[in-house]
Amino acid sequence: MKRQFDPLQNYHATKEDIGYVNRRDANQEVYDRIGFMSGLEVHQQLDTREKLFCHCPAGIYQKEDEYDAEIIRHMRPTLSELGEYDGTALMEFKTRKEIIYRIKNETTCTYEIDDTPPFQINKDAVEKSIEISLLSKLNIVGEIHITRKQYLDGSIPTGFQRTAIIGVEGEIPLKNKKVRLMQLSLEEDSCREVSDIGHTRIFRTDRLGMPLIETVTYPDMTNPDEVMEAADYIRFLNRSTNKVRTGIGAGREDVNVSCKGGTRVEIKGVSHNKWIPELTHNECFRQWALLAVRDKLRKRVKNWKTWQLSSVQVNYLDYKFDYAPIKEAFQQKHKIVAVNLPGFFGILSHFTQPGKCFADEISDRLKVIACLEKPNMTSTESLNGEIKLSDFDKIRHLLNSSEHDAQIIMWGPAEDMSTALETIQERCQWAFEGVPNETRKSFEDGTTIFERVLPGADRMYPDTDSAPIPLTDDYIETIRERLPEDVIERYNTLKEWLVPEDTYAYIFSKNLFPLIKKIITELDVEPALAGTFIGHTLKHVEGQCKPASEWDYDKVFDLFKFVKENDLKFDLMKIILPHLYRHPKIDIPSILNLIKLKKISKENIVSHIPFLIKKFEEIGRNSDTESMTHWIMGELRASATGNMDLKELRQVINETIKKQLDK
Amino acid sequence: MSEDFFQGYKGDALTLLKKYNVRVWGQASIKTTRGYFKGTILPRSENDDDKHIVLKIATGYNIGIDTKNIIDMQEDGYKKANYKIPEKEFPYSESLPNVKLIGTGGTIASRLDYRTGAVIPAFSPGELYGAVPELADICNLKTEKLFAVFSENMGPEQYKKLAIAIGKEIENGVDGIVIGHGTDTLHHTAAALTFMIQNSPVPIVLVGSQRSSDRPSSDAALNLMHACTAAAHGEIAEVMVCMFGPTSDEYGFLHRGTRVRKMHSSYRSTFRTLGDVPLATITRKGVTPIKKDFNPRRKDKKVTVLPFFEEKVAMIYYYPNMQPDMIDSLVENGYKGIVIIGTGLGHVNKPLYPAIERASKKGVAIYMTVQTLWGYVHMFVYDTGRDLMAMGVVPAANMLPEVAYVKLGWALGQTNDLEKVKELMLKPINDETTKREPYNGYLVYQGGVNEVEEFIRKVRK
Repeated sequence: MKRQFDPLQNYHATKEDIGYVNRRDANQEVYDRIGFMSGLEVHQQLDTREKLFCHCPAGIYQKEDEYDAEIIRHMRPTLSELGEYDGTALMEFKTRKEIIYRIKNETTCTYEIDDTPPFQINKDAVEKSIEISLLSKLNIVGEIHITRKQYLDGSIPTGFQRTAIIGVEGEIPLKNKKVRLMQLSLEEDSCREVSDIGHTRIFRTDRLGMPLIETVTYPDMTNPDEVMEAADYIRFLNRSTNKVRTGIGAGREDVNVSCKGGTRVEIKGVSHNKWIPELTHNECFRQWALLAVRDKLRKRVKNWKTWQLSSVQVNYLDYKFDYAPIKEAFQQKHKIVAVNLPGFFGILSHFTQPGKCFADEISDRLKVIACLEKPNMTSTESLNGEIKLSDFDKIRHLLNSSEHDAQIIMWGPAEDMSTALETIQERCQWAFEGVPNETRKSFEDGTTIFERVLPGADRMYPDTDSAPIPLTDDYIETIRERLPEDVIERYNTLKEWLVPEDTYAYIFSKNLFPLIKKIITELDVEPALAGTFIGHTLKHVEGQCKPASEWDYDKVFDLFKFVKENDLKFDLMKIILPHLYRHPKIDIPSILNLIKLKKISKENIVSHIPFLIKKFEEIGRNSDTESMTHWIMGELRASATGNMDLKELRQVINETIKKQLDK
Repeated sequence: MSEDFFQGYKGDALTLLKKYNVRVWGQASIKTTRGYFKGTILPRSENDDDKHIVLKIATGYNIGIDTKNIIDMQEDGYKKANYKIPEKEFPYSESLPNVKLIGTGGTIASRLDYRTGAVIPAFSPGELYGAVPELADICNLKTEKLFAVFSENMGPEQYKKLAIAIGKEIENGVDGIVIGHGTDTLHHTAAALTFMIQNSPVPIVLVGSQRSSDRPSSDAALNLMHACTAAAHGEIAEVMVCMFGPTSDEYGFLHRGTRVRKMHSSYRSTFRTLGDVPLATITRKGVTPIKKDFNPRRKDKKVTVLPFFEEKVAMIYYYPNMQPDMIDSLVENGYKGIVIIGTGLGHVNKPLYPAIERASKKGVAIYMTVQTLWGYVHMFVYDTGRDLMAMGVVPAANMLPEVAYVKLGWALGQTNDLEKVKELMLKPINDETTKREPYNGYLVYQGGVNEVEEFIRKVRK
């Protein structure tokens, strides 16, 4: 039986069915309708000389192919405290991955590769994490207990991360509400992945073991913008101490999202806060879509608890496949398997995320769990129609499918096929339950893919290799004494100073508030001027120019000081700054030579105006006074800059023109 | 015995828990000068101080609360966790060899109870099958826990019991023996069993792990699979140590029990054959011999068990300025045998001479080994060596110091006749002394050299 079915049309129809709204058009009402709920885990590397549990240097990175030795490990699930295996653990074991660590002697010792027990915890890192905990209004623990948190993906060679709670129950203020903090932990950073192809995953160990803090919020955020605001606040708070690393990968967030009736899903390793709104928006709607899928399926399949797929191996030569990946699979003597999914008609092409449908949920898992490289499957509901309808008719016949079913064709090495079938069975079974527990990897376009099953709470164990570390009241008080002011206080101060609000994110992210404050208090500069110069001009220059040597923000203070002491005008700074930023080692007087600044008296500048008015009258196309002023300003700006306030010059020009006309 | 509600707590912390009536495993709310804390009270490790209370918070982490800061606390609930290891029946297959796993303690046969820090043995075939299901594809496994001691507490009593138990298993027709053992003194036990169980028709494989089985990257499972493979299917019927070859999860070595030594305090690849090459490499696919001469597996059930050991044997590590009273005191305390670990080719300083002479005259058996671990004792090269031999010190060729100690204990356990002891000591039972030292028996590469770095980069170590 043939039926007219357009998967793309189905995708759009289901997208509309669930009420998907673009983020630009979404308001709080939309988020309340689908029950948007989100919490954050903000990771931040601390700026320390050495790693957390050994004496390797921190912050030295190696290139992907730069290494002295390789080590292979396999991870096995271990029993939890209650004698059970963790779900993630079993999944990771199913994948039978060979993990290869690329080691560089400079950054890795026998500790990182788990051939030596940990050394004493890095005191500097402990102190910095306490400082940030205090700023986060957390209750500091009496004793630090190192805990092992299991990871079987190989990102840590031991199979667990050493981590410890520094404080619990704090809060951060947002513009309109307070967000509660659950805890802050100090932990070792993980390896950086080089590649993950088939059954081999390769890591670099340079970043491994660097001290990292994780600030965890309660799921108090009820829309995507709030999530970003909270992420920004925590990042700014961390940076306000000046004791954390900045740069690519130094700060990363895991974002937990759920919708009403959904499940907590963790989007891992979001490295830019500006991606957060789109990601959380889409994830919430993905869950909402999966719940719609569940409802549809349950209506159709009565005995869904015993739902079972069926499959059959396909002989390539019996079909007219011209889809290149299937051809390749045949050439590589891989297996080609057809799968019947009873009751899944119209589900595989069901909307899940912009540009993605339910079939992607399956394909993503086949890649991660069964190690089938993509493209690893196609289906009767593929949006691109890789397989001829006649071939599918044959397959449907072979599988004895009904018109309510959907069919998948997948391919890969023979030994991976049983895991692949189990994976499809498992994911489809989940479709009847709702939203599976998982962690997802994020993309810049705001979509996500399956990364792994979300680990349970059962994966925490005390570290038997280290003793508890007591934190005395005296010690904590000495740290408290040197805390910087709160970010929210700084925020309010900038507002009082009339510094434009669009500069705040830049000022906080670079921790430049102390610099502005220093310029204002020590040089008696007008606050709005200092703030605007840094928040607009400096930001602009930073975006346009590249420094030849290390740039130090204190140079901006030197610049203000120079201008002030030499009684120059502040406008001049705008011209000097790009030169100074490009060549931080050149002194400011030399830059003045470079830009050929001459000292000219105000009288001298102003004396040219009558002549210029005449000249404009001769050559000017427009005769209005505004154009005239503009042109004369242009003629005089170069000589006036630094010698005369430009606002004042404009005023004098206007007055002179007026006098001339009145004559 | 009444239940201990305050496991591990003492002093201030105990007083406080009692005062507020909060028990271990109780869910507690605690008000402190540093704010509120909530969680389950955990037992405290007995070696830790009495100033803190341990709490497991909702996220699974543990934290400590300073007793000084506690203003008030109360128990909101109570939930004692029961720790158990799941058991699955170990499948039996007609076509697979029968292996007996004998447990002595140590990390391979134990798991940690995380909350108390105590060791819980995971050892029955069912438990092992639950943890390492691959074992069922290798052999039919039966287990027996002979004792549960840490490696450092293994001694003559245990060696003898072990030898007798293994002898019985062989007579009963087992196809191979695996012994789970802590790694610290694995090589002592391997030597002892080599001397005590001679002419075995089946493999006797000692195995341990350098990383406990409670961590995902543990070497325990792979070592155990290797050991079972060697015991069930291997052709080499000797007492062997089976541990990681490289630190990577790639292959294991089978080391001859008399030439093996633990060489690193924490590396996985810590066991090395010294002064020779290992017997074989082992993977899950099987044994690949490196050495051509070994005792092959036989079909009979004949074995010679010689469970003897004289405990009054000592080993002294010579250092410059060692005083003669070190040796005198051993003699005064009735020691019958001394293994000296001498410098270089087997030397000690002159001030020791009179003491050595006194000991010799009293009938103490004195043997010389070398601190260099690699190489032979050569006492003819220098006067010192000749002097010592004249005093009755017997050079033990290239016998490893620990092996010499074990062998001397074993020999003196059989006879007090020093000539017979000497005969036993110098006639090798299984390569504890060798006539030749192959050039590749001593390979301690040094990093930083170009060719070594190239090798390390290319070949996973």
